[in-house]
Amino acid sequence: MEKRVVFNNKVLPYLLVAPQIIITLVFFIWPASQALYQSVLQEDPFGLSSTFVGLANFFDIFTDDVYLRSIQVTTIFSFSVAAIAMSTALLLAVMADRVIRAATTYKTLIIWPYAVAPVAAAVLWYFLFSPTVGIVAFYLKILGYEWNHTLKGGQALFLVIIAAAWREISYNFLFFLAGLQAIPRSFIEAAAIDGASPGKRFWTVVFPLLSPTVFFLIVVNIVYAFFDTFGVIHAITEGGPNEATNILVFKVYHDGFLSLELGSSAAQSVILMIIVISLTVIQFRYIERRVHY
Amino acid sequence: MKTFRLLLFVAVFILGVAITSAQAVMDIQWWHAHGGGLGEKVNAIAAGFNKSQSMYKVVATYKGNYHDTMTAGIAAFRSKNPPHILQVFEVGTATMMAAKAAIKPVYEVMGESGLPFDPKAYLPTVTGYYTTPDGRMLSMPFNSSTPVLYYNVEAFRKAGLDPNKPPKTWPEVAEYCRKLVKSGYPAGFSTSWISWIHIENFSAWHNVPIGTKANGFGGLDTEFTYNSPLHVKHIQQLADWQKEKIFIYGGRRNLGNAKFYSGEVAMYTESSAGYAGCKKTCKFPFRTSMLPYWPDAPGAPQNTIIGGASLWVMAGHSPEEYRGVATFFSYLSSPAVQADWHQFTGYLPITTDAYHLTKGQGFYEKNPGMETALKQMTLNKPTENSKGLRFGNFVQVRDINYNELEAIFVGKKNAKKGLGDAVAAGNKLLRKFERANR
Repeated sequence: MEKRVVFNNKVLPYLLVAPQIIITLVFFIWPASQALYQSVLQEDPFGLSSTFVGLANFFDIFTDDVYLRSIQVTTIFSFSVAAIAMSTALLLAVMADRVIRAATTYKTLIIWPYAVAPVAAAVLWYFLFSPTVGIVAFYLKILGYEWNHTLKGGQALFLVIIAAAWREISYNFLFFLAGLQAIPRSFIEAAAIDGASPGKRFWTVVFPLLSPTVFFLIVVNIVYAFFDTFGVIHAITEGGPNEATNILVFKVYHDGFLSLELGSSAAQSVILMIIVISLTVIQFRYIERRVHY
Repeated sequence: MKTFRLLLFVAVFILGVAITSAQAVMDIQWWHAHGGGLGEKVNAIAAGFNKSQSMYKVVATYKGNYHDTMTAGIAAFRSKNPPHILQVFEVGTATMMAAKAAIKPVYEVMGESGLPFDPKAYLPTVTGYYTTPDGRMLSMPFNSSTPVLYYNVEAFRKAGLDPNKPPKTWPEVAEYCRKLVKSGYPAGFSTSWISWIHIENFSAWHNVPIGTKANGFGGLDTEFTYNSPLHVKHIQQLADWQKEKIFIYGGRRNLGNAKFYSGEVAMYTESSAGYAGCKKTCKFPFRTSMLPYWPDAPGAPQNTIIGGASLWVMAGHSPEEYRGVATFFSYLSSPAVQADWHQFTGYLPITTDAYHLTKGQGFYEKNPGMETALKQMTLNKPTENSKGLRFGNFVQVRDINYNELEAIFVGKKNAKKGLGDAVAAGNKLLRKFERANR
């Protein structure tokens, strides 16, 4: 006799998915539609007068040098953060994978920074590099290198990249370590017996097997650098000096909440929304299907 | 029967609440931007008012920094639940003025309340910023300050300089700084709030316009003029002085404070309201003197202008509530409250009575640094160029100035090009504001 569980209740399934749907509607669909609506309006801060301007806000954005520069800065920033965070994490993961004694202690210590709130991490880095009281800035001065990120754009960008990447290393480390531990020992042992050096074993056996993890982390890291680094920029440079660290997501906040230009800010957030949607599509449609062995 | 009893109980309870709330004092919401020690002082003022009468209760709420507070107020207005009183920083003045349906001008609030209100009792250099050209007060000045020169007495002595003779002019500043650097100080002077001090106040102090149409008071079709030869000369000089370590840029807002507190620089131009913080942190004796000026500029020294914030009354409340606001403003303007606020914080008193009261108490003899700001503000009768400024989108203009000044100081542009670019970008924002508020 076949035993089958059949739910005859017509309402229950809807009730069960309702919380998820309500949350998505309230916290994503509704604000996103508001942003879309705002992006075609020109409005004063108080909402006393609003005019429909079509795509004028978008046109203004793409003819604004500050915005174009911000795109450039964001690109450099995101790729640098992803590259630094991933390469360092991979190196640490490979090393931690080989550690035999006190492995848990190492792992715990490396994962720790992830528990630090972005703003707290940023303030920490800010104090290390503060041109007046920072210990790193102090030693750099002794070495004859003048550190003043409040004035020098390159230094400021470097500092926010380091501060943003630092925390992400822990996250990447977890994934890389899990990926490494999923690789069967026999593969590596077979390669070793064939006489492959440790370097060769890594690049020809381990790294290709890690590629799904690598591609997943590339997308996650870029999304992180694009959207979650607001706190770092806000606490360290506020987009300065001379727009050198003014990344897109900070500019949305700056134009919307400080300059009270709601239309332009909304249009910018719509552009960011398109970027994140396309990154997700790439992640699911392209990378997840192409990467296999 | 049981249900009936319960219902009866609930009904009585609701009735009771309704009666008590009808008898209760009326709440006046006051959103402000003062944290820490200043926040406690604000709470003390509210508590003092609440004790002084039994009709109204002012509830002071800290809403974050100036930007946060203004944004919170605007968001509250948009969701139709604004506070009664909103503290807005001086550069937000034009935005608030333009939002006529969102605010209720202070002269109206005071006039309708029937309480005694004399606009002449207030210091003109303070209220000028918040008054229409025909003299009607739009918002109530609350915390106002003006930039002065702070100097490290110990450093002066070490470098063989007389602390009783602070530099009066910029060439003297350079000369003093050279001596300070020679005596072992890493750099001569730095500044906070560079746009406010070295562009806006610099203009007023030298009696040159920041923009046309009487610095924007005369109409929305104003244009910036702070790329005049005098401005270019000053900013270029600051940039050039970096080589000799006479000047060093300290960062945006008042991030440079650490440079003065830690003794990296021996002179510092900063808001008079920074006095309390400096006194708390600095481990050396310091004094203040008036801002330096260029002796070859014909109009200098004129008088400086204020920064800080004022209290705006938001639209959409009942006449009784506005009466409460007016009562509170009268209390706030009283000499005793004002003098106490001034002496505690270093902000300027807003009425002449409060100034005289403080003077009469012998306060300035004990704290000579505290009078510098007032002397400087009232040095001359304000002109068109030194009454204040009223430009739309000025929050963004300050950001543009930070960016361009940083480009100048790092050597990417010269002062002429940088200030020219700043003025051009600023004028674009002025036109945008004009279009939006025609």
